[in-house]
Amino acid sequence: MSDTQIPLEELQKTCLYQAHLDLNAKMSPFAGFMMPIQYSNITQEHLAVRQRVGMFDVSHMGEIFVKGPDAEAFINHIFTNEIRGFDPGKVLYGMMCYPDGGTVDDLLVYREYLSDHFLLVVNASNIEKDFAWIQEQAKGYDCRLDNASDRIGQIAVQGPEAEKTVMEVLGYQEAARLAFYTFCDVEYNGERLILSRTGYTGEDGFELYTTRENTVEIWKRLLEAGVEPCGLGCRDTLRFEAGLPLYGDELSPEISPVMAGLGMFCKFDKDFVGKEALLDQKAGNLQQKLVGIEIEDKAIPRAGYPVELEDGTQVGVVTTGYHSISLEKSICFALVNKEYAALDTPLWIRIRKKTFPGKVVKKRFYQTNYKK
Amino acid sequence: MSKILEGLKYSESHEWVKAEGNIAWVGVSDFAQKEMGDITYVDLPEEGDDVLAGEEFGALESVKAASDLICPVSGTVVAVNAELEDTPEKVNEDAYAAWIIKVEMSDPSQADALMDAAAYKAFIGE
Repeated sequence: MSDTQIPLEELQKTCLYQAHLDLNAKMSPFAGFMMPIQYSNITQEHLAVRQRVGMFDVSHMGEIFVKGPDAEAFINHIFTNEIRGFDPGKVLYGMMCYPDGGTVDDLLVYREYLSDHFLLVVNASNIEKDFAWIQEQAKGYDCRLDNASDRIGQIAVQGPEAEKTVMEVLGYQEAARLAFYTFCDVEYNGERLILSRTGYTGEDGFELYTTRENTVEIWKRLLEAGVEPCGLGCRDTLRFEAGLPLYGDELSPEISPVMAGLGMFCKFDKDFVGKEALLDQKAGNLQQKLVGIEIEDKAIPRAGYPVELEDGTQVGVVTTGYHSISLEKSICFALVNKEYAALDTPLWIRIRKKTFPGKVVKKRFYQTNYKK
Repeated sequence: MSKILEGLKYSESHEWVKAEGNIAWVGVSDFAQKEMGDITYVDLPEEGDDVLAGEEFGALESVKAASDLICPVSGTVVAVNAELEDTPEKVNEDAYAAWIIKVEMSDPSQADALMDAAAYKAFIGE
């Protein structure tokens, strides 16, 4: 997504903006924020996360607290996944959909340790839209909504050495007992810090939510301890290899969770906004599906490039593509007509003047290393 | 500061041209390779292809993006630097040694009309 239409002076800055400038990061607009794209180079930062540990400023992400007697029922009404029966301290991934099945956003739901308290973590580009949508849907439910996005900073510490880093540098011994997709509340300078074993890289890791002031201090300590600062450039290459969608590319008002192959995060034995449309799609009533495609060349399929049959008929379009840093081959996500979505289907990608043969492969290109 | 070689001609899309008679070697400037970052792939035309001034003849790919290569002169491709297929990083190492194509120009005056080193230096504002 490009934000070039937003005047520079209107772009928001995260609490770590000055820290990025101090590191001479290459800065660029993203989701309405001025964000670091890279500090050294994308490949080096990518490999730091795969092999050791890296950290990301993800303070641009949105945090919305939902509290009250009807909070659970309300979230379950707008969220595709099932939050009833999951314990405090757990995190669940899913989507919010429009009645037609199109995606409002993909998000994390945290069930807090206080009863009837939840935290929703949403995409930066969607904060205002999501909050308006949530407020509108909340009519008739007894719950309070608090968009805390401007008050909370967030750092993601990711990689095989993330646990060791969080324990040794920040002193949180709790890190060792957290399973993937769980969190605990700890303190930093007497303020709350949510230590969450989650991430967007395909590696083990943590996401730390706390005040803006604490975020600045923690970043500095991690940097001094030698943790590699990583920009949004490698955040994208990492999430892509791990088969994780990016809202705006693989999910959108036009791309439903079922089209994106995320049906496992939709629970059809409960009611939620968009359920009927998604059930209909699941039964086969859909035009396109998201697939992975691998091509036999070093040329790189980029977003927007056509996917074709051998005779040149266009049957889809690339949504994200890279020459994979960890796998050393060219791969992409593409939205293709459903008849061509089966594994091993031969497809061609038009890259500038030439077409390159490839085939449909599993979307999770890289074997993820989560702590179960 | 980007390196700019005297004696070469430069286009606004950051290609360099080294002209000798009706033959031109074409590459990208040091400024361009720095802007792109690590180059991972060079999409080359084929020998015998016709190229037109101002039109795309190939592309450079970095991790993040593809950048079209725009030919500053018209003519026929008489050689391509096939070495770049396996070692695209040579463009980062020395952008002026890593020529991309050699063109037999149909109108050598097109090369004369490009920017010289001083004008290109002013153009990139360094």
